[in-house]
Amino acid sequence: MDALLQFIFSGMTVGAVYALVALGFTIIYNASDVVNFAQGEFVMLGGMITVFAHQAGLPLPLAAVLAILATAALGVALNKLAIEPARGAPVVSLIIITIGASILIRGATQLIFDKQLHRFPSFSGDDPIRVMGATILPQSLWVIGGAVAVFVALWLFFTRTLTGKAVLATANNRVAAQLVGINTGWVMTLSFGLSAAIGALAGVLVTPITLVSYDVGVALALKGFAAAMLGGMGNPKGALLGGLLLGLLEALTAGYLSSQYKDAVAFIVILGVLFVMPQGIFGHKSTERV
Amino acid sequence: MLTVEGLRSRYGRIEVLHGLDLQVDSGEIVTVVGANGAGKTTLLKCLSGTQPVSDGKITFRGDNLGVVPAHGRLKRGLAQSPEGRQIFTNLSVEENLRLGAFLFTDTRVDQDMAEAFAMFPILKEKRNLAAGGLSGGQQQMLAIARALMGRPKCLLLDEPSMGLAPLLVAQIFEVVTSLRTRGVTVLLVEQNAFGALKIADRGYVMETGRITIEGAADELIADPRIREAYLGL
Ligand SMILES: Nc1ncnc2c1ncn2[C@@H]1O[C@H](COP(=O)(O)OP(=O)(O)OP(=O)(O)O)[C@@H](O)[C@H]1O
Ligand SMILES: [Mg+2]
Repeated sequence: MDALLQFIFSGMTVGAVYALVALGFTIIYNASDVVNFAQGEFVMLGGMITVFAHQAGLPLPLAAVLAILATAALGVALNKLAIEPARGAPVVSLIIITIGASILIRGATQLIFDKQLHRFPSFSGDDPIRVMGATILPQSLWVIGGAVAVFVALWLFFTRTLTGKAVLATANNRVAAQLVGINTGWVMTLSFGLSAAIGALAGVLVTPITLVSYDVGVALALKGFAAAMLGGMGNPKGALLGGLLLGLLEALTAGYLSSQYKDAVAFIVILGVLFVMPQGIFGHKSTERV
Repeated sequence: MLTVEGLRSRYGRIEVLHGLDLQVDSGEIVTVVGANGAGKTTLLKCLSGTQPVSDGKITFRGDNLGVVPAHGRLKRGLAQSPEGRQIFTNLSVEENLRLGAFLFTDTRVDQDMAEAFAMFPILKEKRNLAAGGLSGGQQQMLAIARALMGRPKCLLLDEPSMGLAPLLVAQIFEVVTSLRTRGVTVLLVEQNAFGALKIADRGYVMETGRITIEGAADELIADPRIREAYLGL
């Protein structure tokens, strides 16, 4: 029982990170149908920039804010320099561009910073909190809280604000969006900036637990993508639950079977779910009528 | 209100508009009729900025529209209900209408929405349903209502009667006529030449990218060439 709770805690923590990556995917996907595989690099940059800004003498909160803003700016640049000029190209080409961008960002980070593992102090210390025989790190609560907060904010954005609706409208029908006066280029810029900022926030929250180096983004992008698919691509609720579910699956497999199998089991479950529900758990079939 | 001079447009290397001249005055209902593939939709897309213009000039209320991007044209008062309706299928009927008034946040938005529902009561009934689930006729009503939510001075309508049952066609044409009293100028593109000419003040006949005949609507209805080619009389 204690062991189970312990696995659940660690699964929730990892799952919250996956959820944050998946939420980042959601926004760009919603605006453009593009799956941005550079999303993992945004997480990495959030951690790395915070580390080096902190080392350079900036207080940690300020370093974190700087990292989030810088990463958001990079997201905007990615859109302006690589995605926007290729407008009109098939979505597959755009996805490949994001893969290229992720390789570039990784290489540049390695050159500008280094190849070492880094961390910075946890926000609320490292004394584990005891809960019914299991323990959880205060930083884990930050990560889980961060994922929930971002989810709520995004959910409100897409359902309650006109700007959020404009993003959905742009994804649904770009020409029609222009006809009602939506600047669809601006919507894309906003989406990339917001996605990158969310990714960077994830990196800031998780670095004290998992540490960060230039190459942590690849695995995170894949896991976040899997989580988004599991929950239903494009749906914030799906991203959150898909992420948490994936994290729990991994932690339980690692705990009760062997950590060797955790990726395999997680992917088998995902394939199984997608076989039965191709749209993911919360994905809705598009209601098109010709 | 709207002047088009020497308009040319192409898809790739194939030119489909070969120098069009056309004019719509304030308060008019003007129709452009023509057969399949004549270039009517291309003309409207050039006007709304969703199709590149290779030559010619479009002037709207004194401004050269050539320098205004597609999303900036509604702000100037030019709205389009496009071919194939192009509603936001994944969003609800009400969200479609709200987005029609994307440029506005004042209280008139609610009034306009109430007016749209009064004009098309079926939309009110289905306000919370995904627009993609509406029937073709209902989608057409939604496309027109959404365009009107943008408070246009001039509305471009692309074949609003296409694929609709006769009763619905009559209802749509009635709504178009009523726009006159709301102070909205209309440019109506139709294959249903007879229906369009009956409610229009003036008309243009378009053939393979050129205007071939123009005149007052009642003259065009009486014109033997048009009676034969487009009215099947
Ligand atoms: N996207 C496109 N790419 C290439 N050619 C096109 C495209 N759209 C239209 N065309 C061609 O341009 C010409 C004019 O088409 P357009 O759609 O403007 O005609 P239309 O008068 O609106 O016809 P309809 O009454 O069938 O709607 C046609 O020959 C058509 O084949
Ligand atoms: Mg057409």
